[in-house]
Amino acid sequence: MTEPVIRVAGLGKSYATAAGLFTALKGVNLEVREGEYIAIMGPSGSGKSTFMNLLGCLDTPTCGEYWLAGENVAHLDNDSLARLRNRTLGFVFQGFNLLSRVSLQDNVALPLVYAGVDKEARRARARLLLDKVGLGRYAESLPNRISGGQQQRVAIARALVNAPHLILADEPTGNLDSHTSEEIMRLFNELNGEGITVILVTHEPDIAAHAKRQVRFLDGEIVSDHLTEHAPC
Amino acid sequence: MLKAMLGEAWLAMGANRLRAALTMLGMVIGVGAVVIMLAIGQGAQYAVQQTISTMGSNLFIILSGSLTAGGVRSGAGGGPTLTVGDANAIDELDGVANAAATHQGGRQLVYGSQNWSTQVIGTTPAYLGARAWNVVNGAAFGDSDVRSATRVALIGKTVAENLFGSEDPVGKTMRIQQSPFVVVGVLGPKGQNLDGRDQDDTVIIPLSTAQRQVFGTPFLGSVRMIMVQAESAEGMERTMADVTALLRQRHRLREGMPDDFFIRNLSAAAESEAETTRTMSILLGAIASISLLVGGIGIMNIMLVSVTERTREIGIRMAIGARQADILMQFLLEAIMLSFAGCLLGLVLGLGIALGINAVTGMVVVISGSAALVAFAVAATVGIFFGWYPARKAARLDPIEALRYQ
Repeated sequence: MTEPVIRVAGLGKSYATAAGLFTALKGVNLEVREGEYIAIMGPSGSGKSTFMNLLGCLDTPTCGEYWLAGENVAHLDNDSLARLRNRTLGFVFQGFNLLSRVSLQDNVALPLVYAGVDKEARRARARLLLDKVGLGRYAESLPNRISGGQQQRVAIARALVNAPHLILADEPTGNLDSHTSEEIMRLFNELNGEGITVILVTHEPDIAAHAKRQVRFLDGEIVSDHLTEHAPC
Repeated sequence: MLKAMLGEAWLAMGANRLRAALTMLGMVIGVGAVVIMLAIGQGAQYAVQQTISTMGSNLFIILSGSLTAGGVRSGAGGGPTLTVGDANAIDELDGVANAAATHQGGRQLVYGSQNWSTQVIGTTPAYLGARAWNVVNGAAFGDSDVRSATRVALIGKTVAENLFGSEDPVGKTMRIQQSPFVVVGVLGPKGQNLDGRDQDDTVIIPLSTAQRQVFGTPFLGSVRMIMVQAESAEGMERTMADVTALLRQRHRLREGMPDDFFIRNLSAAAESEAETTRTMSILLGAIASISLLVGGIGIMNIMLVSVTERTREIGIRMAIGARQADILMQFLLEAIMLSFAGCLLGLVLGLGIALGINAVTGMVVVISGSAALVAFAVAATVGIFFGWYPARKAARLDPIEALRYQ
C-alpha cells in the first residue's frame, strides 16, 4: 500500500465565542488514498466547512494530526502552509473567485507566479490547461466576458496549473444551474479518471452521487463513510 | 516575480485612474514645493555668498578713536589716534595677510564736460589684495606712488561709465577737487555689497596723495581706518587680539585704560548674513516637507481603502499560495509606485516653476542634483513608510475571512 494522500487523526477545531468555547470539529479520523473521489456531505454547521479549511491548509487545527502527502502539516507556519496551498493543493470555490481585472490566462497562471515560474513557462502552462477545459480561445478575455460555468472551468484550470496532489472543491456547483452543474461534474469525473484525487463538499445528493465515496458530517463528527452504490462509470 | 508584481501594481493603478491621479497630486505638490523652496533658498544663499566673496574674506577694520571737542564727540574715526606707522606695524604681524591704511570721503570728479560725485578711497596697494580686487584694464599703482604721492587713480566700472562713457579711460586725466589725476587702471566689477551699495562707484588713489591733495589732514601721518585681512578664518580671533595688543603697546596705553580705537569684524557680519539665509532656506524646506507629509498620508489613506476593497482578492491570492510576504510586497510596491510617480511629476513641476521664477523675476535659483536626489529618496521613504501599515494589514488578513468577504 502506498502512503495515503491525506491522513487525519483526531483532528479537532474549537473557537472562542461570546457564548464560550465552541467545538466545530470533534476529533475526526479520515484517510484518502491517491486517485480517490470523495464527496463530503452534511448540513450547514456540521463542521464540513471547518474540515475543508483544515484540509486546505487555510486554517490550523486545535488538536490532532494531519499528514498531507506524507508531511505532517498540523503545526506548520504560515509560509509553509502557503507553499502547500500553492504546490500540493488546488482549490475550486463556489463563487469561482477569479480576479476580475486580469485575463483568463493570467488568472490560470497566477499560482505559478507565486511558485516562481518564469513568464514564458507560465504562459505556456496556462494556455495548455485552458485548452484542457475547452476555453483556450478565450485566453485573453476578462472573466466577466464568459458564463458562470465557463468561469468555474477556468477556476478548475487554475487549480490544476501547479499539478497538485489533490483538488479541493467547496460547493463547486452551488452557483450554477443543474445543466451547467452536470457539465462541471463531468469535468471532475474526467479529471478523476486521469488519476487526480478529488474531494468535494456539497449538500446536494445528486452531485455527491458522482463521487465514488461519500463521507457525511453531523455535529462535528463523521457519521457515515461509504462507497457510492451506483458509482457512474 | 518582482516584474510580475510591478505589472500588477501598474494594473491596479490603471483600474482606478482618477483615484491614483488624485493620490499622486498630494505627492506632486509636496515634492514640487520642496524643489522650489530648495531652489530659491539655495539661490539666496548663493547670492549672499557671491556678495561676500566680492567684499573679500577674513576682513576686519580698525577705526581711530573718537575726538571730543567742546563736549561734542566725533564718533569713531574722528580722532587722530591711528597712524600709517600703525598700519605698517600690523602688516608685520604673524597671521596678517594684508593691512591697508585708508582715508575716504565723497568728492566730485570732472572729466571734460562730464562730472560725477563718488567715493574716493586713499589707500595703499595692500587694499586691493585685502578686497581681492583686480585691475581689468591698465595697471594698479605701486608702493612708490604712495611714497611719492603721485596723482594717479584707479576707477571703478560705474565711474568709468559715467565719466568716460565709451572712451577708454586709461591714460586720461580727470580732476578730483582741483587736482588733476591720471587714470592708470579700471577695476573689475564687484556689484552691490550687503548694504546694497554699488561697490563699483569708487575711485582709489594713493593714501599720501589723498591726504595731501584731496582731503587734507590736520595731523599728518594719521589715518581714520586700517583694513586688515587675516590669513585664515580660524586665525581671525587670534589676529584681532594680537592687533589690539600691538596697538595698545604702540599707543602707550596702560592697563585699565580704554582702547583709543575700535575693531570691527566685517566677515562676522557677512557670515551671520549667510547663516540667516541658510536658516531661512532650511525653514522653507521644512514647511514644504509638511506638504510632502500630507501627500504621504493621502497615499496611506487610499491604500487602506484599497486593501479593504480588495479583501476578497487577497483571500484568493492567499488560497492559491501567496505568502504573507508576497501580499505585503504587492501593496508596498503599489504605494511606492504611486509615490514615485508623484515624485517624478513633482520634480518636473518644481523645476519648471523654479525656472519660470528665474525667467520672470530674475531671482537667482540654484537647481542641484542633490536636491533631486533628496526628493527621490524622500518619495521612496514616504511610499515605504505610509505604504507599510496598509500592506501589513493586507498581509495579516485571515485567508478564510478574506475569502468570505463580500
